[in-house]
Amino acid sequence: MRIAVLSGKGGTGKTFVSVNLASVIKDSIYLDCDVEEPNGRLFFQPEITKEIAAVSKIPVFDGEACVGCKKCVDFCAFHALIYIKEKPKVFTEVCHSCGGCMLLCPAAAISEEDKQIGVVEAGRGINGVPVITGILNVGESSGIPVIQKVLEEGDRIAAGKEEAVQIADCPPGSACSVMESAMEADYCILVTEPTAYGLHNLKMVYELVTVLGRKCGIVINKDEAPYEPLEAFCREKQLEVLARIPFSKEVAKLTADGRIASRELPEMEKEFTDLYHKVRGCVMS
Amino acid sequence: MRIAIPLDEMKEKVCVSFGRAPYMLFADTENGTQEVVINPAAEAHGGAGIKAAQFLVDHQVNVLITVRCGENAAEVFREAEIEIYKASPLTAEENVKQYLAGELEKLTKFHAGFHGIQ
Repeated sequence: MRIAVLSGKGGTGKTFVSVNLASVIKDSIYLDCDVEEPNGRLFFQPEITKEIAAVSKIPVFDGEACVGCKKCVDFCAFHALIYIKEKPKVFTEVCHSCGGCMLLCPAAAISEEDKQIGVVEAGRGINGVPVITGILNVGESSGIPVIQKVLEEGDRIAAGKEEAVQIADCPPGSACSVMESAMEADYCILVTEPTAYGLHNLKMVYELVTVLGRKCGIVINKDEAPYEPLEAFCREKQLEVLARIPFSKEVAKLTADGRIASRELPEMEKEFTDLYHKVRGCVMS
Repeated sequence: MRIAIPLDEMKEKVCVSFGRAPYMLFADTENGTQEVVINPAAEAHGGAGIKAAQFLVDHQVNVLITVRCGENAAEVFREAEIEIYKASPLTAEENVKQYLAGELEKLTKFHAGFHGIQ
């Protein structure tokens, strides 16, 4: 089973929920898909036993074969290609590896080569939890190849273990990298907070998981008092509020110290155990 | 010589953005003509600086006068041997005169890109 943890807005508590949830499940595997700023490892402190390179394809030009038609330059939606002094050139950080230029070139002057854009680290952390961390190199435009490697490694570790539960800590927002992380999840936990901004971005991420046809439910983090527009949205869309995690300075302090609240506070352990059972119930039904 | 200057909506002042300027002024110093054209990169989803730079290369521009310029576009200009000068707060036309009088300085600092956030 794979549970994706998402939130439109950053800083809502995706990593908090993911780490604490992974911590209370017996056969959990923690996947850090937030490859631009993977921080689940700060909590689990895994001992890295395996490193996997994540690569993407970039175009390589055969200057002699190029006829200078500039079809590739005009085609590139990301404007990663230029043509100067009768020579094509690629800005590799801007390239999204779609391969379109290669397909389009009438002179077959474009081939592809691998470029390493990041790394995936795997190892076991606190409580023996397998922790798989995707790390995208600074300056790269798309972390998707790194995310794919993280998910592959998660599937590999989970293979043959029926009880294994993969927790995918997704990137913030609702862009391609979030879609990639949540696309094949059995369940999506949408973490939000009782603020206008939290609700605004929740709506976007809810729309995404709806398009993807995923089952989902809501976790309201830092819950002090009901925020009526959020409550109304959940009622209107018939979204189950799986958990309301109260705002607590004690929990905030523990988390800021890199500690896992559900391991130290019985009420947090119960909160996340209950959350897991609800999600499991939804997946099985 | 052909000089390019990014223009704002009113087509008079130098636009603070290079890649996303709505218009470009092309000034030809040999025949004294000037033309204002739409910048095809203004609405680009990404890589606006690169696209606008390619646009200038394709129009045989020799000199760019701009308030600022990103790293990627600057690389295009370096390869294309297009010189970049820092615009003064005056109108685009005044900037052309200032450039010809040798009163403008070269732009040497390039930013890492705003990627739609500014």
